[in-house]
Parts: sequence; C-alpha cells; structure tokens
Amino acid sequence: MEIKPPVPQVPVPIWKNFKDLQEWEEHHQSRPETGDKHSSLFEQVTEGIHNFPGGFALTTVADGFFNWARKSSVWPVSFGLACCAIEMMATFASRFDVERLGMVPWASPRHSDLMIVSGTVTIKMAPMLERIYDQMPDPKWVVSMGSCANSGGPFRHGYHVVKGVDRVVPVDVYVPGCPPPPESLLNGLLLLQDQISHFRHTGKRAAPTPKVD
Amino acid sequence: MTPERARELLATVAGVTVAATPTAPIVAQVLTEHWLDAARYVKATLGCTYFSFLTAIDWKADGLEIVVWVDNLDAKLSVQLRTRLGADQTTCASIVPVYRGANWMERECFDMFGVQFVGHPDPRRILLADDWQGHPLLKSYAVDTPHPPYR
Repeated sequence: MEIKPPVPQVPVPIWKNFKDLQEWEEHHQSRPETGDKHSSLFEQVTEGIHNFPGGFALTTVADGFFNWARKSSVWPVSFGLACCAIEMMATFASRFDVERLGMVPWASPRHSDLMIVSGTVTIKMAPMLERIYDQMPDPKWVVSMGSCANSGGPFRHGYHVVKGVDRVVPVDVYVPGCPPPPESLLNGLLLLQDQISHFRHTGKRAAPTPKVD
Repeated sequence: MTPERARELLATVAGVTVAATPTAPIVAQVLTEHWLDAARYVKATLGCTYFSFLTAIDWKADGLEIVVWVDNLDAKLSVQLRTRLGADQTTCASIVPVYRGANWMERECFDMFGVQFVGHPDPRRILLADDWQGHPLLKSYAVDTPHPPYR
C-alpha cells in the first residue's frame, strides 16, 4: 500500500515568487490571523444564546466563571530552548513561585494550556515546536519570551534562526529582554491572565481594558 | 619524541611541507593527494593519537583549506595539518579510517562548507535540517538567505 503525504491546506510560499526581502516580510506581516480558538458551532450556539432575550445574563455569568477558571489554572508546558529557559526555571522555582498563580509546569503538552517559547527557535527546531503546539488542547496560549523568540534577537541575521516565533505559532504575549528576568516573565504571565479574563462569549477574544499607570 | 625530532621526521614525508615557524604547533602543509597518508604517518610514527578538531577556511578565489589539529599528549606535541583543495575543488579524502573522532567533524564541515569527504562512512548532514540548501559558512553564502517556510 502506498502511503501518501498529507496535502498542505495552505500552499507553502516559495521564495522565488517574491521580488525581494521586503516583499517577503510584507507577506509575513499580512498573514491571516488564525482566529479565536474555538469551534464555529460553539460560536453559533453562544451567539444565539447571547442574542436571545435575557440570554446575555447567562453568557456573561458563564464568561465570568469560565474566564476565572481558565486564568486560575494556566499550566505551561515545560519546554526550554535556550538560556531564557534558565530564567523560566527561576520563575517556576520557590522565590518567584508561579504556582501561587495556578501555573504548574507540566511535562506533557496534552495537559497544558500555555507554551512559553523560551529562547532561540532554529529552522530545524521550528517543525518540532509547531508539533508540540498542535498537541496542546484548546484553548491554548503562547508567551514569546526573550528577544530571540520575539524577533530573532542578536541572531536575526544568522542563517539558521527563525525571525520571530510568531512565524511559526500565534503569540499572545511578547516578553522583551535578553534574557528577561523572572520579574519580566511574571509580568508577562500576569498580562496573559488579564487577557484571558477578558474573553467574551465564553472564548471569543476581546480587547483588554487599557491600563493607566 | 621532541618537537625538533618530529619536525625532522615530518619533513621527510612525501607531499608534506613543514612551516619554518618554531612556535608551538608544527604546521604541516600537505598536498591533497597525500592527505590520508600524512594523517596515518602522524598518528603512527609521531604518536599523535588525540584528534582535536577539523575545520575549513574559505579563501574565496583560492578555494577551501582543510585544517586538522592533532596532539601527542604524552610528548606535549601538537601538529596542525593543512591542505589546500584548490579553486572550485570540493572533494577531499576522509581521515575517518585513521581518526574515528573525525566522523562528526567532517559531517559538520560538509554542512558548513560543502566539502565532500571521499570514503566517509556516513556522509549526511549533521547540524542543519535535511532539506537545507547551500552551505552557510561559505563566503559566497549571502547573509539573510531566506529559508521557506519559516525563514
């Protein structure tokens, strides 16, 4: 029996079809968003309930409950790529102790909600990272930690580095720094919890309330 | 085995020119066709059993140069073997039959410089992805060469 490789849904862009590097960058910037992380049937049902007279009371209460539950138990998959992973470990350890926020570093993507991309993503590593992301159950979030994961960082002009992990998986929170200290990562995780608490219609993303310092 | 004695012995080997500098590593320029024989001689006669590293230098129009550093740890003797492949030449004899430690080093050298090692037991890429095109440490390899789909 012949085993056929899976047909890619979106054709892979070919470098020859682009005029120059700038056009290639624009192509990456203008990629379609992957959208909210739940099924369209679920969306239709919640929209229906929300638009039903008096139904908004049910959806808002359910939103509050689900968002509280989601943000109180964000389990990051323990997945370190480079030196940022050392700072991530420090964040998980007793001094900064993210477990008080309900975050348990978990060694399985099947049980995790959050992927902290801590470090340089090489072109050889990117398919594996994508696979780990695909293995995580919805809803899932990604925190890009450090300059390398954000944009390639000091290795941006290297031959082997993915210029930002947002070219591989959709990113929710970017944490700058090289590497970011545990306080920065903690701030990023709190920002992520803030984002999660503003989901509407039990899973639809909404703009977080602007913070005034 | 003193460095002076090693220098004298190396000068008698066919295809080997020993550099005149009296400093620590004995630099021996080897002709490409005598590459494997020179490595075998250095290991057997000079006792340089410790293989330190293998790398290459891109001299642009003059072609590639392979550099091997081997040590005799008992006699505190270091020998650097160099060979010029010549312009547009990418084939070189593999020294894996002599030094087993050269196996992965030669694979890395193929990855980065595109040197084909004749007689290598396992000539695959080692560091870069299997579908990689080009050899990044060559001077002709452009910075920011894109690699779909991630680049």
